[in-house]
Amino acid sequence: MLDVRGIKKVYESRDRTVEAVRDLTFTLQAGELACLVGPSGCGKTTLLKIMSGLLDPTSGEVLLEGKRVQGPPPGMAVVFQEYGRSLFPWMTVRENVELPLKQKKLPATRRSELVEESLAAVGLAEAHGAYPWQLSGGMQQRVAIARAVAYEPHVLLMDEPFAAVDAQTRADLEDLIRDLWHKFQVTTLFVTHDIDEAVYLGQRVLILSNSPTVIRDDLAIDLPDQRDQLTTRSSPRFAELRARVYEQIHRVKPAVDKESVAPAGVG
Amino acid sequence: MTGILRRVGLMFGLPIVLLAAWWFASANSVDFFFPPLSKILESLVDEWFGPRLAADVVPSVLRLLAGYLLAVVLAVSLGVLIGTSRTVRGVLEPVLEFFRAIPPPVLVPIFMLFLGIGDGMKIVVIAFGCMWPILLNTVEGVRAVDSVLSDTARTYGITDSARLRKLVLPAASPQIFAGLRQGLSVAIILMVISELFAASNGLGFAVVQAQRSFAIAETWAGMLMLGLLGFLLAVLFRIVENRQLAWYHGLRRAQRSS
Ligand SMILES: Nc1ncnc2c1ncn2[C@@H]1O[C@H](COP(=O)(O)OP(=O)(O)OP(=O)(O)O)[C@@H](O)[C@H]1O
Ligand SMILES: [Mg+2]
Repeated sequence: MLDVRGIKKVYESRDRTVEAVRDLTFTLQAGELACLVGPSGCGKTTLLKIMSGLLDPTSGEVLLEGKRVQGPPPGMAVVFQEYGRSLFPWMTVRENVELPLKQKKLPATRRSELVEESLAAVGLAEAHGAYPWQLSGGMQQRVAIARAVAYEPHVLLMDEPFAAVDAQTRADLEDLIRDLWHKFQVTTLFVTHDIDEAVYLGQRVLILSNSPTVIRDDLAIDLPDQRDQLTTRSSPRFAELRARVYEQIHRVKPAVDKESVAPAGVG
Repeated sequence: MTGILRRVGLMFGLPIVLLAAWWFASANSVDFFFPPLSKILESLVDEWFGPRLAADVVPSVLRLLAGYLLAVVLAVSLGVLIGTSRTVRGVLEPVLEFFRAIPPPVLVPIFMLFLGIGDGMKIVVIAFGCMWPILLNTVEGVRAVDSVLSDTARTYGITDSARLRKLVLPAASPQIFAGLRQGLSVAIILMVISELFAASNGLGFAVVQAQRSFAIAETWAGMLMLGLLGFLLAVLFRIVENRQLAWYHGLRRAQRSS
């Protein structure tokens, strides 16, 4: 469904070049929910931008349903890391969610259905008329998620979407993502810092190394499909998987340049 | 209620004090060049709000609006183009910097050569002079569109004209309005100047005319009239701006308080 082949990206500016990712190859099956973990600065956002056609790779290619991605493909939605900057501040919550649907030329009744549904799903049924800047950070991110869901994408890419929400909301949103995924079978790639979150959410966890960035491990998560915060997280298998991921990320690596060592986040 | 009274009081307090001071200081004036304020106001009402309103004030204001609107349309379109395309920017910027550096009043005699002394010349002078602040601010505003917002629009297929209407213009609107405000004051100045050289009606023309014929009270009253006109336009502008930029002021307040 979504093929990432030999992606390499080098940012070139006048006085320095940064190799953000070196060589990434993996495939997402249709309907799969995969998580991507990796230390801060290892190129997760870069990878997502390349996959969504916003950025050209230095080499390698991304194929969506066999076709090479060269610009943002229709049917793909992205939830950006910088939630505060991804909503249009001159539009209300409702208008923000509705705008892509208008662009898709959906009839008005269908649009308002989708808006209502998706805002209710993220627990913001009351916030239609508010402007984004009247909401808390976590609520803003939920609007961005609602907008992506209302769009009815085939592929959903999410870049650390829960970084700004409190633990309780976060747990709710994790379950929401799994519910939505069950309901619509959207092919989803979920980027996160949080190992527990990755194991809890995904059918599969892709682990990125420090730069020079390659895929360190590709782990199938064989937890039962029905998950819930309490029992799943306290099961012995969860603990094992979690330890596996942790180990991979913290594996002693050949000393790379100090700069690229993650300051915080993972672990 | 008391809040509104307070604001009205604050707004009109100082003007009333100043007028009162002027009134009493000039009340017994016999100086030919400084007539009593009562005379000036009399002339303001009798002349400027009398026959001169239709004969001079209205033509001036119409030319002002025509020139200003022409400038807005030209400057915003050109500004969007320049702000969006690096190539266009590279080609046009030096030329525009040069034109911008020309003090607009000097254009009056030159434009007179081509356009004569009619309304057309005056409108062009006003438009040419007041478009620069609008143009430069639009360019800046368009260039500063947030990259995350721009990526968001792209992934949702919001491109071309939808991008212009839904993203670029609203995002640049705070800057554009800053340019529009500066442009408006320049336009008023040029409205007067364009009437000083060669004209048969208009506010600027009538004030000079009054001064030359030693109608001193009327000259002073003309100045008051110009002040009132500028004030009125500024108030109207503020009302439109507050409506259009309500989101921006709210956003700024939210950012400050967090
Ligand atoms: N536009 C750019 N120009 C130059 N270098 C960049 C650019 N964007 C990212 N980089 C560099 O590429 C590397 C990877 O950045 P990226 O944002 O993809 O990391 P990330 O894994 O998303 O980090 P985080 O977890 O903090 O979000 C970093 O070293 C960063 O400094
Ligand atoms: Mg990132």
